Amino acid sequence: MTTHAQRAATFLRDEPRTDWHDQSLWHVRSKRDGSIAGIPEWETLRQLGSDIKDNVLSHLDTYLEEFERQATANGVVVHWARDAAEHNRIVHGILERHGVDRIVKSKSMLTEECHLNQYLEEHGVEVIDTDLGERIIQLRGEPPSHIVMPAIHLKKEEIGQLFHEQLGTDVGASDPQYLTEAARQHLREKFLAAKAGITGVNFAVAETGGIVVCTNEGNADMGIHLAPVQIHCMGIEKVIPRAEHLGVFTRLLARSATGQPVTIYTSHHHAPKPGGEMHVVIVDNGRSEQLGREDFRNSLKCIRCGACMNTCPIYRRSGGHSYDHTIPGPIGSILSPGLDLKKHGDLAFASTLCGSCSDVCPVKIDIHAQLYKWRQIVSEAGHLASTKRIPLLGAGAVLSRGGLYNFVGKAARTALNLAPRAVVYNRFNAWGESRELPEVPTESFKEWYDRTQTSEA
Amino acid sequence: MLPLDPAPTELEHAFREVLAASKTRFVEEGALAEHVRDFGTDKTIVSTVAGVSGTLNLADISDPLQLAGVDLAVLHARLGVAENGAMWLSETEMVYRALPFITQHLILVLDRAALVPTMHVAYRRIDIRQTGFGVFVAGPSKTADIEQSLVIGAHGPRSLTVVLRGSGGEENFNISP
Repeated sequence: MTTHAQRAATFLRDEPRTDWHDQSLWHVRSKRDGSIAGIPEWETLRQLGSDIKDNVLSHLDTYLEEFERQATANGVVVHWARDAAEHNRIVHGILERHGVDRIVKSKSMLTEECHLNQYLEEHGVEVIDTDLGERIIQLRGEPPSHIVMPAIHLKKEEIGQLFHEQLGTDVGASDPQYLTEAARQHLREKFLAAKAGITGVNFAVAETGGIVVCTNEGNADMGIHLAPVQIHCMGIEKVIPRAEHLGVFTRLLARSATGQPVTIYTSHHHAPKPGGEMHVVIVDNGRSEQLGREDFRNSLKCIRCGACMNTCPIYRRSGGHSYDHTIPGPIGSILSPGLDLKKHGDLAFASTLCGSCSDVCPVKIDIHAQLYKWRQIVSEAGHLASTKRIPLLGAGAVLSRGGLYNFVGKAARTALNLAPRAVVYNRFNAWGESRELPEVPTESFKEWYDRTQTSEA
Repeated sequence: MLPLDPAPTELEHAFREVLAASKTRFVEEGALAEHVRDFGTDKTIVSTVAGVSGTLNLADISDPLQLAGVDLAVLHARLGVAENGAMWLSETEMVYRALPFITQHLILVLDRAALVPTMHVAYRRIDIRQTGFGVFVAGPSKTADIEQSLVIGAHGPRSLTVVLRGSGGEENFNISP
């Protein structure tokens, strides 16, 4: 098993590419800043969004049951899935009943989390991801590296080569306009041939029993309005109490995600089309457990805008794949340790704890504070790597004893000046692998203070 | 930035500005019929707007897949939001749910009196459950999934044109509940 640090090191080997990735993400973060500058009440909106979601998490059961009642009254079939396996069985069951062997699917991080594509393909159903970015990575056979921009890690030349091999575009063509047109033609055939469409859910409204899906491309709508069967998959935390709350969340979501004032399409689905069927699958898959963790429950307020990724100095310089989890970046790093502490615990350390993620979060999740809290849990559970555990044991011993601290400080200042480079910079010093230690001062602050201040007092 | 209590002209100005930024064009009401005529006589046009004639009658259709060849759809929008350019269409306006997405080009006709400042006001004005499906449209279909380069016409319409008609009505600005 590799660690985040090791996977990040692989990503960092190509320095110009790392810089390009860093700048692409920062560009999106800057667009977000520009777009919220036009909303003087932005902070009030964030607080409202946060308060509504807090209320939702405290009354999740009631809102979900209200949603089910209203949706059922609208003619929607509501399904409940305890975990990923049950979710996949339910979706496949619906498809099987209708004899569907090809479906189109728009972006859904939940179905990524449940590995629905793999499950359906194993059961003989062709799955076509229709968001352009998702289709690109599906053709490459890799997971998304970002929740809003799944192919942000790829250069247009790589996509051009991929489309040449898979869709027959011209050799060497890499113009985004040309490549997008090729994907449009390719996917239009799939839309017209699909017998069922699957989407994710941005918001489910308890009051009206409908679901809302936000896209720019219009792919979710093309998929489900042309196919007789439509299926929407949502995590239990997607429910909001009332239709009027959409006013708050639609204003927060796109501005935080890409800096747009709103997504091009905000689609509200309340009933099946004439002669069609509409299904909503509500999935827990570990969310109830997270809800029970007092320190981490509010990570479930996330509306999946990706702003914390775009701003994160670690994400920007390590890439989404380095997180090895469906949701990468800061929010992924507080969601994933609860699913598998041994596997994902090191993600709590993939942060400088600078707090930028919490600052940009549209629903005010205290992401960096939760990263810090996960570190304590990882450490107590004994999952800390020995390169961290042993130095920290030493540091703990020294820092808790004043005399020893003074002595070790003095010894280090002398030793670091005398020691050959190979003794200081070696495989035991992970920190020094890509950094230089600061210049060693001749005296400590304490010594300086004693010398210059005490005598004058 | 919209003032807290915008005048009708300020609403329209903000609405036009934000839609222009999302590559939406505007055509004046009087020029619409000619604009549609100029679109091409060999094209498949669907119109639900009085005074604009189409070449395909929606009453002759029984399956949304038959809309695959539509080049231009001219539809009403029920409401427009000044802060972000979003326009609301329920199934009453679009007739077929697939129509505003599958058409190659889209023209939306909106009453000036139906402009509201923000999404908060919009959600108070509409009933999202009134029909089985409803959508806010805020521009032509777009993507930036290849190196963040903006491309118009991802899967849905390759262009969006908006026609504002009538005059701004005072009743719109009574936004207190």
